[in-house]
Amino acid sequence: MRVHSSIPLLRIVPDDTKFDFMRFRRISFPMSAILSIAAILLFFFHGLNFGIDFIGGSLIEVRTVNGPADLAKMRAALSGLGLGDVQLQQFGGPTDVLIRVAQQPGGEVAQQQAIAKVRQALGNEVEYRREEVVGPRISTELLAGSTIGLVVAIFAILIYLWFRFEWQFALGAMIANVHDLVLTIGYMSLTQIDFDLSSIAALLTILGYSLNDTVVIYDRIREMLRRYKRMPMPELLNISVNSTLSRSIITHVTVTLALLALLLFGGHAIHSFTATMIFGVVLVGTYTSVFIAAPILIYLGVGTTRMGEDAAEKS
Amino acid sequence: MLYISRWKALAILLTAFVVCLFAVPNFFPESTVASWPKWAQRHIVLGLDLQGGSHILLEVDTAAVRKEKLEQLKDDARRVLREVRPPIRFAPPAVRGNIVEVRLLENADPQAALAKLRELSQPIGGLLGGAGQRSLEIVNVGGGLIQLSLTEPAIRERITQAVQQSIEIVRRRVDELGTVEPLIQRQGEDKVLVQVPGLQDPTRLKELLGKTAKLEFRMVDTSMTVEQALAERPPPDSEILYGTAKEGKHPYLIKKQVLVSGAELTDAQPGFEQRTNEPIVQFVFNSSGARKFGQATIENVGRLFAIVLDNEVISAPVIREPITGGRGQISGNFTVESANDLAILLRAGALPAPLTIIEQRVVGAGLGQDSIEQGRRASYFGSALVVVFMLVTYGIFGIFANIAVAVNVGMIFGILSMLNATLTLPGIIGIVLTVGIAVDSNVLIYERIREEVRHGRSAITAIDAGFTRALATILDSNITTFIAAAVLFLFGTGPVRGFAVTLGIGILTTVFTAFTLTRLIAAWWVRWTRPQRLAIS
Repeated sequence: MRVHSSIPLLRIVPDDTKFDFMRFRRISFPMSAILSIAAILLFFFHGLNFGIDFIGGSLIEVRTVNGPADLAKMRAALSGLGLGDVQLQQFGGPTDVLIRVAQQPGGEVAQQQAIAKVRQALGNEVEYRREEVVGPRISTELLAGSTIGLVVAIFAILIYLWFRFEWQFALGAMIANVHDLVLTIGYMSLTQIDFDLSSIAALLTILGYSLNDTVVIYDRIREMLRRYKRMPMPELLNISVNSTLSRSIITHVTVTLALLALLLFGGHAIHSFTATMIFGVVLVGTYTSVFIAAPILIYLGVGTTRMGEDAAEKS
Repeated sequence: MLYISRWKALAILLTAFVVCLFAVPNFFPESTVASWPKWAQRHIVLGLDLQGGSHILLEVDTAAVRKEKLEQLKDDARRVLREVRPPIRFAPPAVRGNIVEVRLLENADPQAALAKLRELSQPIGGLLGGAGQRSLEIVNVGGGLIQLSLTEPAIRERITQAVQQSIEIVRRRVDELGTVEPLIQRQGEDKVLVQVPGLQDPTRLKELLGKTAKLEFRMVDTSMTVEQALAERPPPDSEILYGTAKEGKHPYLIKKQVLVSGAELTDAQPGFEQRTNEPIVQFVFNSSGARKFGQATIENVGRLFAIVLDNEVISAPVIREPITGGRGQISGNFTVESANDLAILLRAGALPAPLTIIEQRVVGAGLGQDSIEQGRRASYFGSALVVVFMLVTYGIFGIFANIAVAVNVGMIFGILSMLNATLTLPGIIGIVLTVGIAVDSNVLIYERIREEVRHGRSAITAIDAGFTRALATILDSNITTFIAAAVLFLFGTGPVRGFAVTLGIGILTTVFTAFTLTRLIAAWWVRWTRPQRLAIS
């Protein structure tokens, strides 16, 4: 029985690509260095748009009962309460308004009083959809916990890679992925996207995904190193990246499709999360694995001693 | 790699099927599921962000716990020093910072006092506690001065106790609201988490939780007028307390000694004063409370006593006649609701220390419903996109991949149900992302097979080699993402934790299906079609 084993429908990446990715490192390394510095500068001088999770304060999402929200009127009603910085923002539909009240001086109790005042001022003309109050104590704890979490994740993964690969690989992956995180944080600073607990989740997921990609390429490099003992490093790296290119691209297309669906239909609540993920996973992660994680192995001294050292061995 | 014994194949299919089966109760209304056997009733719980409700994080005031413990130590020290025989003279012990200072007078022998004070020091944690750890540190400074301080383990033990008691009392108070399945648990060292599904206006809950409800019956000190006490200073065994805001925060001079406390109440109910029809709270003492209260009222007929709640004087009536029946009532400008609330608080008991709300997140049912809708739409649309893309890219192998993805999602729901896990909006994101990851494992396998084919292998050896090599990569690459998810679970809170859970479970099921189901399907396909050459797209 002879069956058509498969129908070739769409070939995204042609077979046997031979891009010289390694030569591009002379551009990609300086470029990444400049972008990373820019991101760090942005972080320090432009800052992140911290949400109430990390700086405390209150957030109320309301929906007006009768017709579209009159922001000017609501603003006037709330600004007279003496609560300091009160921000109103259209959130989704014309009837939805997000109200942010800055952290009140006077500890935990003052936050509660502030929100009671807002409720009183708005009265029954709105439906309360969401109400979040984060006191100064817990916001400090959340920020500290999140930072520790990120650092722990980075080191846990570093240790795992160190066990599975040689130390150069672990270090290379780490440099590549810290670079991803730095660029993503720069993006968040530039766009002033809300930085809250879900942003930490986004950063950790970006870290995981981007490493996932790097590990696939490193896996191939390790295999090639065992098989071709005398091949020069740049050539070996090029073959490795090229032979995993098709997988990298197809995988990123599927993840992008899933993220796109989330961005388009997932609603406002997860908008900042998905936007960050698309930037981190799709734009940065892919680039990093190919143009940073792989070529950096040359500088970290993988395979420098291979020429002639074991000439007797042949695969 | 491609040969899978019949038994193994059966085990694989059975595992996947059974795990998916656990997801079934989620598709039936709760009333239907209720009649099923217990093990089959496990289902996914919607997070507060999806079903609406209140999340309130309370902090136990540990400073108050310390202070109270020190005050108690001070009183204990005075008590035991009085028992020293032959009697010694000493100045009243005083609290100074974290230390209780005892000063012996007239060159009294410190050894007898020290021996007595040492009896106060208890071993920590009972008999099994850490060797030699005791609750007190006693330093004989010399010159008749003795310093007592609480050791850190003793304070920590007391705080732990206080948090546990708080949880118990919070539970009793929340139960009075008649809400469905409230969650009350300890979080961290000194925090209590209260989650009440469906509660959209937590104002009343916050009022109930915000009160310590320490009720005390004390005598009014009439040895001087309040004005005098305010102008000079109150007598050492009395203090100035104020009335409630409703009656204008009137000052009272109240003796520090507590005749009877709220801990000795067995019941409290709201009611109405027969003559004035004013709302009141009626209470019943237990037998020792009734005895103490009766004795105190017999001795003090005609004098004023005060009912003090959380250091606020609710009322200060005259004792007209001895009250020996163990029953009484409190009146004090109550509304029907505030009388009801006070009755609840008194029944539930006093908190060992005040609670402060440090985080509050309330989601309305409307928003929750919208989030479910959006999450559902996003996952349908995302899955559809991925499924079509895989079909177009890999043809028949795309179908295999899609089967694997579908089983994956089914297994995630099954495992979430088995764990009675909470599904949050970020959790839904995690599932959608898993669809992407699950596809990736298939892509890795197929691309590897294609490469092997290009290197000139026959169909079967290519598939075999492709699986062998790709599976190692799949394991390595997924473990890194799994580490990230695990860290997120450990350090994350609330909805974000839900994301970590679904992402983590998704990775496990992905690796499972890649190693078993995808291989099994490929093996069957090879046996069925016996392909000579292979062209995955």
